[in-house]
Amino acid sequence: MKKQKKECFGGFNPFDLLSEEIIFMILDLLHRNPLDKKSFSLVCKSFYATESKHRRTLKPLRQEHLPAILCRYPNITHLDLTLCSRVTDASLSIISNACTSTLRSVDFSRSRLFSTSGLLGLALNCKNLVEIDLSNGTELKDSAMAAVAEAKNLEKLWLARCKSITDLGVGCVAVGCRKLRFVCLKWCLGVGDLGVGLIAVKCKQILYLDLSYLPITNKCLSSVLKLQHLEDLVMEGCFGIDDDSLAVLKHGCKSLKSLDVSTCQNITDSGLSSLISGAEGLQQLTLAHGSPVTSSLADCLKKLSLLQSVKLDGCLITYDGLKTIGNWCLSLRELSLSKCLGVTDEGLSSVVTKHKDLRKLDITCCRKITDVSVAHITNSCNFLSSLRMESCTLVSRKAFGLIGQQCHLLEELDLTDNEIDDEGLKSISRCSKLSNLKLGICLNITDEGLIHIGRGCSKLIELDLYRCAEITDLGILAIAQGCPGLEMINIAYCKDITDRSLLSLSKCSCLKTFESRGCSRITSLGLTAIAVGCKELSKLDIKKCHNIDDAGMLPLAHFSQNLRQINLSHSSVTDVGLLSLASISCLQNITILHLKGLTPSGLAAALLACAGLRKVKLQAAFRWLLPHRLFEHLEARGCMFQWRDKVLQVELDPKCWKLQLEDPMP
Amino acid sequence: MDLKERLSGELQKKVPEHPSFTNFNTQHQQKWEDPSILDYSTRIEPPFHVFNQTSQTQSSLPRNPNNQIKVLGQDGPVNETLLANKVQDWDPSAMLNNLSFLEQKIHQLQELVHLIVGRRGQVLGRPDELVAQQQQLITADLTSIIVQLISTAGSLLPSVKHTLSAASPSIGQFGQFGGVVFPSGQGLNGGVQPQSAGGSRISEQPNSVDVSSNSGNEQNHIIEEHELKDEEDVEEGENLLPGTYEILQLEKEEILAPHTHFCTICGKGFKRDANLRMHMRGHGDEYKTPAALAKPNKESSSEPTLIKRYSCPYAGCKRNKDHKKFQPLKTILCVKNHYKRTHCDKSYTCSRCNTKKFSVIADLKTHEKHCGKDKWLCSCGTTFSRKDKLFGHITLFQGHTPAIPLDENKGSAGPSDHRGDGNQATNKVGSMNFNFSSNVSSEGGVQSSVDVKGSIDDPAGYFSPLNFDTCNFGGFHEFPRPPFDDSENSFAFLLSGSCNYSQKSGED
Repeated sequence: MKKQKKECFGGFNPFDLLSEEIIFMILDLLHRNPLDKKSFSLVCKSFYATESKHRRTLKPLRQEHLPAILCRYPNITHLDLTLCSRVTDASLSIISNACTSTLRSVDFSRSRLFSTSGLLGLALNCKNLVEIDLSNGTELKDSAMAAVAEAKNLEKLWLARCKSITDLGVGCVAVGCRKLRFVCLKWCLGVGDLGVGLIAVKCKQILYLDLSYLPITNKCLSSVLKLQHLEDLVMEGCFGIDDDSLAVLKHGCKSLKSLDVSTCQNITDSGLSSLISGAEGLQQLTLAHGSPVTSSLADCLKKLSLLQSVKLDGCLITYDGLKTIGNWCLSLRELSLSKCLGVTDEGLSSVVTKHKDLRKLDITCCRKITDVSVAHITNSCNFLSSLRMESCTLVSRKAFGLIGQQCHLLEELDLTDNEIDDEGLKSISRCSKLSNLKLGICLNITDEGLIHIGRGCSKLIELDLYRCAEITDLGILAIAQGCPGLEMINIAYCKDITDRSLLSLSKCSCLKTFESRGCSRITSLGLTAIAVGCKELSKLDIKKCHNIDDAGMLPLAHFSQNLRQINLSHSSVTDVGLLSLASISCLQNITILHLKGLTPSGLAAALLACAGLRKVKLQAAFRWLLPHRLFEHLEARGCMFQWRDKVLQVELDPKCWKLQLEDPMP
Repeated sequence: MDLKERLSGELQKKVPEHPSFTNFNTQHQQKWEDPSILDYSTRIEPPFHVFNQTSQTQSSLPRNPNNQIKVLGQDGPVNETLLANKVQDWDPSAMLNNLSFLEQKIHQLQELVHLIVGRRGQVLGRPDELVAQQQQLITADLTSIIVQLISTAGSLLPSVKHTLSAASPSIGQFGQFGGVVFPSGQGLNGGVQPQSAGGSRISEQPNSVDVSSNSGNEQNHIIEEHELKDEEDVEEGENLLPGTYEILQLEKEEILAPHTHFCTICGKGFKRDANLRMHMRGHGDEYKTPAALAKPNKESSSEPTLIKRYSCPYAGCKRNKDHKKFQPLKTILCVKNHYKRTHCDKSYTCSRCNTKKFSVIADLKTHEKHCGKDKWLCSCGTTFSRKDKLFGHITLFQGHTPAIPLDENKGSAGPSDHRGDGNQATNKVGSMNFNFSSNVSSEGGVQSSVDVKGSIDDPAGYFSPLNFDTCNFGGFHEFPRPPFDDSENSFAFLLSGSCNYSQKSGED
């Protein structure tokens, strides 16, 4: 950017020679960091105009800006309103008037306060609207669906958690939007067989259908399975579907590629076999939290020759079941056995030795497995890219060396609550592709191991060091220097960490999430460094950082304009600091418990000033100290209050904490 | 009023409208061209050939309004003979009526023959068939006259009457009789044949007993046809095998007669049980025992009787045995209700809503129980008491969409900035919005839904859900409204009563 600027000032602008198309192509490449485009548009008037014409997607911070920004960007196709918690009908009419035929996709999943008339205007004016996300619209009624039904070209419709809509509303959509291909009705508790049946009858093009937690039975299932193009069917937690009703279905859906029947406790192998009969192209199957996985269930999946991914999280698994899975002739790419009871070394070994192509393996909380399993996994599954083995407590510290030796392609590794030590980390540092490493509650690791990680894993994006008590500034320094792309770091309860770590981390300009709960040695100075260096910071948790005060809030308010979520509980922040945060326009969630310096009037002023607030966690005492009308007003603006009344607890030493954690277990 | 008198009176009135020969002829020609019939006739043995063709023609007659007289003419004697059973003493005026009716009939026939003679030279093409048809037509008419004559005479002579009414397989008698009198009666020969083939059960039909042999033949033969047809393509709907049940078809008048007692064998209805028992005697000696006559206790079903199924007399109806996908009706009551619901005017209007009309009084009573509680409304204005019925309706019709109850609350608007700048689109939005939200203030949900209904003059609005219940969609082929492809239309009516939105919104 700076280069371009210089050339501009030199009197000759090489961009004058470039056609708009070429500049557009250059702009297309500036997608990683949204701030890059902003810088580009600030160069000169012509750049500003070019960038305005180029932009296709927009994520405004407030609805108040909509008239201006929609005027500036005429070619918007995708409008993401997730940062605007308040979107009124007036805003919708502005949108529908500004983006008439260009708009193709709108996301209202985090917005409230709009109603039927606004949606109707949008549907009528924006003829080319293809996608609407109305998830979490708990206040939307059937009339709103009737309005949506006017969007005749709609292909994708997300209605998750629209609890007030009923069969009638879905019926309107089914009749109106005949081109629908992606439909999500998750948690729409008012929708039953009739609505789902009608949508399946009327919208023949449906490709993706999410019916999770709907009170449906097999009545609608027969018409759903007749959909010719259905590839992805999600029926999580449909308790109304059982074996008896599935037995009626003689034919399955041939086009089906992915099926999710997790938490459908009434489906066993016999029901499942009739559900997947004919679905020979099935690639993904999720049976989490369902009936026990026995050899008969595993046998009935044998016929699916294209199966790539099986998720059995939370199921009871027998040894025979695992053995039968091991005997399938195909080779799975993804297997998830997290929290499965009954996973033993023998069973797991028989699976992993056969499925050598496994890319993702999840054995979270399979507490019975030992080094034997890890040896088998590392020996046969050399292509593993993701291994999640939180709380496999019987695995000894030696076994982790094998992971680093054999699985070089690992990108995601979850070792939370394991016995891994520095030797293990040294071995793991060979996985140069590692981007996500979770080492929470690994009490055996020290700076030494972390330095190896910092040297070896330069692509690290997420690092979790929750309650790794031995870690100090040295280790964090190594990470900050070795992993410039770090986006998320959790150093909660690493008590020895000081401002030096934060100063070094401020070089990681991509940092988005920073959590340092209970790091009592860090001060406002360190936080200032983070605020200045990490402009993209969007989540900040400084709970129990007693030494952070208003001096840390001021730079935060000034620099971290992308901050969306902050937890200030138990810090030394007062009214002034809180009030200053109001200048962060996209701040949505704040948690302010046990702030000694907070007065009711200061709180009221701060709450009124933060116009974009969506969720506030407050001490219950404030409920009675502030006028009720204030809360009513704030709630009308789209803010939700959560009242907490918890007594302050003394912080425990990490080791004690872990012992306490393990104590109640037999 | 005496039924006989009424009938004959009607007959006399309608006589002048007797179908002219030309009329009949053209229709007949059309029928002949019909490929399905041609196709069908090839399957039949040569002796049946001509007859079969005629019976087809005649079975299609009731469609033509002019031809109603034909049916009446055949039915007249039925009722007369029936009455003859009851009325023991001789009624001179009735006799006079009968005689004058006969006179008329003979005159008609005379005219017909005249016409045939006159046209003989003109008609080319298929002279053979034409001659056969004409012959048959005349034979049929003559037979009818003879039967009429005999029945008239029967009322004079008790002995004759007895044989007529009691001896059930008298069709054979008539057939032979006809055969003797008209040696050239090709049709009659044909008519006898199916009887011998169709066997005992056909001959038990009262229609074929009492009605002129013409109509009797027709019926017998149609049954025969059905059986033949069914041997080829297996019926799917019910599990009954084609040959295993017997099809009975009541005539329209019989269906509409206010009978409450029905013969378990032939399905004939009576007002009084005593008359039914009297009628039962005609079905065989076992019904003549004092026990059978004494009490209407219907036991003694020791012998395996054929299952009976019923056919609707309305040609073209799916419940009609000539329909390709014939679905028989199970009981007489089914026939009655089906016929009234599907092929009759809906004369009973609900006194509460003044909108819903019914042809079966029981349906009206059922409706009145729920009237006013219909909360499931379709965009076409039809209301349903049950949600699944509404969704069944919407599944069936293109463009119909569920109408959202008007009393549904509008989502709470923003605190202050609800009104946008009043450009055109916003206005449009506002006015469109009305039908969902702003009606709340003015009227209650139910009342306004009635208003909506009243505002459309669309026959579709009057379709009662009962039509769907009976699975009869025959009537919908003539659906008078253009198909509902354009759902703008279906929304439009909601808007029609709702133009005052902007005013209202301005007020608040």
